[in-house]
Amino acid sequence: MTQILNLTINGTSQDIPIDDPRATLLDVLRERIGLTGTKKGCDRGQCGACTVLIDGRRINSCLALALSYDGAEITTVEGLAQGELLHPVQAAFIEADGFQCGYCTPGQIMSAVALIAEGEAGLDPERVREGMSGNLCRCAAYAGITEAVLKATRAMNREDAA
Amino acid sequence: MADVMNIQGHVRLGSNAGQSMTRRDGVLKVTGRATYAADNRPEGVLHAVTATAGIARGRVTHLDTAAAEAHPGVVKVYTPANRPDLAVSPDEKIHGFAWRTEALQDDTVRYAGQPIALVVAETLEAATEGSHLLAPRYDADTPRIGLDGGVPFQPETISIGRPPSLEVGDIDAARTGAARHFETVIETPAQYHNALEPHAITAQWTGDRLEIDTPNQAIGLAKQSFAAYLGVNPAHILIRSPFLGGGFGSKAILFGAQLLVALAAKDLDRPIKLALRRDQMYGPVGHRPATRQTLKLDVDTRGHIAALEHHTIAVASSFDDFIENASNASHSVYATTALRTTHAGIRADTGTPGPMRAPGEATGSAALEVAIDDAAYALGFDPLEFRLRNYAETDPATGMQFSSKALRECYAQAAEAFGWQDRPLEPGSMKQGRLLKGWGMGTAQFPCPMFQAAAHATLRADGSAVVETSAADMGQGAWTSLAQIAADGLGIDIDRLEFRSGQSNLPDAGVAGGSGHTATAGTALFNAGADTIRQLAELALNDPASPLFGADNAGVTARGGRLYRNDDDTRSEAYEDILARAGLDLLRGEGKGAREGEPERAMFSHGGVFAEVLVDPDLGQVRVSRLIGAFAAGRIVNPHLARSQLLGGMIWGIGFALQEEAIHDVRTGRFTNADLAGYHIPVNADVPMIEALTVHEDDPFVNSLGIKGVGELGVTGTVGAIANAVWHATGIRPKRFPIHPESLI
Amino acid sequence: MNLFEYTRAETLDAAMSAATEDGAILAGGTNLLDLMKIGVVNPTRLIDITRLPLHDIEEHDGGLRIGAMVRNADLARHPVILSRFPAVAEALLSGASAQLRNAASTGGNIMQQTRCSYFQDPLSPCNRREPGSGCAAIGGETRNHAVLGWTEACIATHPSDLCVALAAYDAVVEITGPDGLREVPMESFHPLPDANGTGPAPLQSGEIITHIRLPDSGGMARNARYVKLRERTSFAFAIVSAAAALEIQDGRIVQARLALGGVAARPWRARTAEKALADQSPTEEAFARAADLALEGAAPSGDNRAKITLARRIAIRALTRAAAGTPDRLPALPASVFEGDCNG
Ligand SMILES: Cc1cc2nc3c(=O)[nH]c(=O)nc-3n(C[C@H](O)[C@H](O)[C@H](O)COP(=O)(O)OP(=O)(O)OC[C@H]3O[C@@H](n4cnc5c(N)ncnc54)[C@H](O)[C@@H]3O)c2cc1C
Ligand code: SF4
Ligand code: FES
Ligand code: FES
Repeated sequence: MTQILNLTINGTSQDIPIDDPRATLLDVLRERIGLTGTKKGCDRGQCGACTVLIDGRRINSCLALALSYDGAEITTVEGLAQGELLHPVQAAFIEADGFQCGYCTPGQIMSAVALIAEGEAGLDPERVREGMSGNLCRCAAYAGITEAVLKATRAMNREDAA
Repeated sequence: MADVMNIQGHVRLGSNAGQSMTRRDGVLKVTGRATYAADNRPEGVLHAVTATAGIARGRVTHLDTAAAEAHPGVVKVYTPANRPDLAVSPDEKIHGFAWRTEALQDDTVRYAGQPIALVVAETLEAATEGSHLLAPRYDADTPRIGLDGGVPFQPETISIGRPPSLEVGDIDAARTGAARHFETVIETPAQYHNALEPHAITAQWTGDRLEIDTPNQAIGLAKQSFAAYLGVNPAHILIRSPFLGGGFGSKAILFGAQLLVALAAKDLDRPIKLALRRDQMYGPVGHRPATRQTLKLDVDTRGHIAALEHHTIAVASSFDDFIENASNASHSVYATTALRTTHAGIRADTGTPGPMRAPGEATGSAALEVAIDDAAYALGFDPLEFRLRNYAETDPATGMQFSSKALRECYAQAAEAFGWQDRPLEPGSMKQGRLLKGWGMGTAQFPCPMFQAAAHATLRADGSAVVETSAADMGQGAWTSLAQIAADGLGIDIDRLEFRSGQSNLPDAGVAGGSGHTATAGTALFNAGADTIRQLAELALNDPASPLFGADNAGVTARGGRLYRNDDDTRSEAYEDILARAGLDLLRGEGKGAREGEPERAMFSHGGVFAEVLVDPDLGQVRVSRLIGAFAAGRIVNPHLARSQLLGGMIWGIGFALQEEAIHDVRTGRFTNADLAGYHIPVNADVPMIEALTVHEDDPFVNSLGIKGVGELGVTGTVGAIANAVWHATGIRPKRFPIHPESLI
Repeated sequence: MNLFEYTRAETLDAAMSAATEDGAILAGGTNLLDLMKIGVVNPTRLIDITRLPLHDIEEHDGGLRIGAMVRNADLARHPVILSRFPAVAEALLSGASAQLRNAASTGGNIMQQTRCSYFQDPLSPCNRREPGSGCAAIGGETRNHAVLGWTEACIATHPSDLCVALAAYDAVVEITGPDGLREVPMESFHPLPDANGTGPAPLQSGEIITHIRLPDSGGMARNARYVKLRERTSFAFAIVSAAAALEIQDGRIVQARLALGGVAARPWRARTAEKALADQSPTEEAFARAADLALEGAAPSGDNRAKITLARRIAIRALTRAAAGTPDRLPALPASVFEGDCNG
């Protein structure tokens, strides 16, 4: 039985027919509607590659049953840049070389966007590291990731002040 | 498929090679637009999932294919009974870099996790459940697992075709003259590459032509292999591998499921996609095997090593011969009058091991650095002082001179940045609050191999250029650093260069491995550029209308898209003008990269790594609070990216030293932690402070560009540095890696 | 994962009537979906309770009543949790990852299954997964297994950090079922194995956890800590852990709470140790004696004898930290032995 799932993805409301109740949010994004920016590294909540924002909060989309999120607002890595203008977190990841192979990067970036919004880590590098520890990076770009998050936090603080 | 290399958007921090520059593929990667193999969704794609063996040794006696095929959405189940033919058995080693692999050739099981069927379905969910429904039954034999459970054998070669032993000088004589004898036995566990991107493939046939999207570190070789196994003309195969989500050695080799997907795609006449589950990456795609290493060190009264022995027993699979060449890590680091290294193998029921980031070197260096540290302390030497005493001025293994070796400078710079001079000799002397603090060091060393690569360069009428080579970027930054080199070869600014790479219809760039890709593919690209410029110069020099006419003996230099007379800088001409007058739209050059003849020098990258650890004295938990390395690796093409490579390697050292270990249940041969929650790799919080410095080094011998390599160097030295810091904190010498809290209380 | 029927429960009654034998309750899904993916549980119906009105945290009598659907991240940020039950916040923040904590619910956290790798491997015999099949962990890889309260039938540990802190604070689990309401103390909610099996199921068919009640923490509010030993600095389950809370007046302990994690099939409340601490000065010696009592009867269930020592020591550490007082702001590395000692 096909059920209709309504999601607002990167600002656009969509009715998505779900032919299989087993589909996770990650597999809906990747295989059914072609938003492949979000990655699958483990499919079991262990790596963070699939991190997306649901109603502004970061979660692992691989352990989210899609049907359970009917009506939710989803932000994926594809929804951050405005046209050619990168989100400050994206720009900071490039500048600080916060990645190598780039596979964990969409998840890292979504996690970083949420971490900054949560406002608990601020500019304390140790809190940033802890807060980013749900995102594994096998290339081990951690120094760059931490630096990028701090850079972006500063840049966004300035924007807010301006 | 996006032509990935056309994207700009990087930040320029200078010009071309030697300058820092952010990644040219950065924008694609931070926006989610970089396309990895499993991101492809060709029209009508089917999903494939392999079913894997739950026993480690024996035969599959029954698969419930009917149940699987009855599951809604399942299209077909492939088993040895109905698998379409291959042209060559996957047990055939078609070349030196082929591993025996499982593509449903028969019903034998040789390790747990081996593919035993392929289920193809309309959706991933259906394929996955189909694979469960097969509920295999087995005729199981007792598995042989681990260093103590397998069958010993003496390998004829180790690693890929290397001799298993080496003896230099007279060990017994050297030992007699020495004052102190030390013996260290260390075990290292099985480790898995665990690239964050699971191995994946999308295969699609059009008639007899096959298009494959799959991450691969050796695209040209992969094409040949696919062609051979499938019995297809190589010219009819196109492999795209624009981005690899990490490889670390595990994506250099073909594995059976890739062949099965290609076969099934043909059979069903639909594109098929398969991505391994994380647990399926523990078996068919290589690993670093467990070793037991014994080091014997004889040192004279002045602290000079007289005799050095390094013996390795490494686990191998029951059906192929890869032996981790750990003992070779002792060949060229420290001076000694006599040297003996050997390797032995243990056949066990596991997947075949293979090269994993710093294969042999990381494993061997871990043990060697601990042994050296042990001797230094016993003799009352500061660990750095002891290493300097035993500084190898020539290569102990070959007697050759080093092509270059700025290791002394590495030690000095890293030690200074670290503050090493204040280190007390005695273990347990430093504290931070309740925690024990320790400092340790290790020497990093990695050879500088070169492979074979070819490249084309084409200058266009407008003075811009395109270069082509089938290089692989698995995160090391090839798209950027190779483009920098290519731009230099052509004498143009990098922003005028289009870089085409990452697919098999381009000149073969060889393998991205052994830390030799930048040097090899870079040389080919540079030479292709130089070949183009040579032709361009010929045109100008022979053209009376050119300001360069007649410069013959003085020659010209290519720079910024113009040729300049060497003897008169005011006389120059733009590329586009030379081409226009010659009536040429394009000018094309070719280049090769390889090492000519037998090397006459020993060639290595070097480094000194210093680690500080904090250890909870009661609970044994360790944190690497500071990690500083200085590395000399010839010419650094892009310092920004080289630093990332070195840091990545060093963090692999943290994982090796403290976390990584695949655990088998020896009774079943199955893993108890084949995932990313039980098999721990470092997380961000494990890396509070890390730095990699690079030391200037000119190497006129290693290759024409003076490039060594940085991809694996950082792992070596680091593991030992951390282990030695743990000892310095606690007085406990690790006997096995990873160092668990339980061993420190 | 087998096919199942998905229903979203609009009322508690609907959820209860659906949550029978072959049905499973879906909260955050971070444990349930994981186990379904690896074939350990195979429900044919999923009852989604995420929309039930169980998302509130109410204050009552100086304590809290926490809805089962309150997400771990929200619970950890609640001002009363931070001010009066800081060990709960610290335990939560030391568990899993920020992403998982945003999805994981209070009820789901309590109901999460053991991480015993044999339980997670459907090919291995396991009394917990398949009563009567045996226990593959015995004689296998037992580093993560129990040293207290185990039997030959099962040596698994419960992996939750939250539950350890909840047990220390005398939390009560409120359960609604076909037969009405019942309450069970957190400390005895998870059954210990007996000679034949893993003990009675904590919930009967049709029962749902609706709330967790935390009674007033009284004078212990600012002397409470959670400490967790891990194999890496973050994002790892505990090897062992401990929650401690103390009420100290005039240099003497008025009351003490101590619970251990990673040692048994339930959070291990150390009542004798607590009693022995009453009226003592909060010294390391007193804590060491208490820790000895806490580990009384501990025995390795395999190659894991070191865990007894570690559990004893982590009990001392938690008590010592509790005595020193809860910091106004939780450390950068919650519950870590390092806390953020090497701020780099
Ligand atoms: C990689 C990883 C690391 C983790 N690390 C940690 C860690 O370090 N520490 C830690 O404590 N935990 C850890 N966890 C576990 C995590 O905390 C749990 O998965 C989570 O708390 C479960 O909550 P949930 O809402 O997602 O539950 P679900 O997955 O939805 O449900 C779990 C179980 O509880 C049942 N259930 C849920 N709600 C109710 C209810 N109200 N009444 C009755 N039954 C109910 C379900 O039927 C199911 O059986 C980790 C998990 C993962 C995946
Ligand atoms: S310890 Fe318990 S959960 Fe683990 S295998 Fe044995 S019975 Fe199953
Ligand atoms: S893919 Fe979701 S956490 Fe790894
Ligand atoms: S950049 Fe490769 S895994 Fe993070």
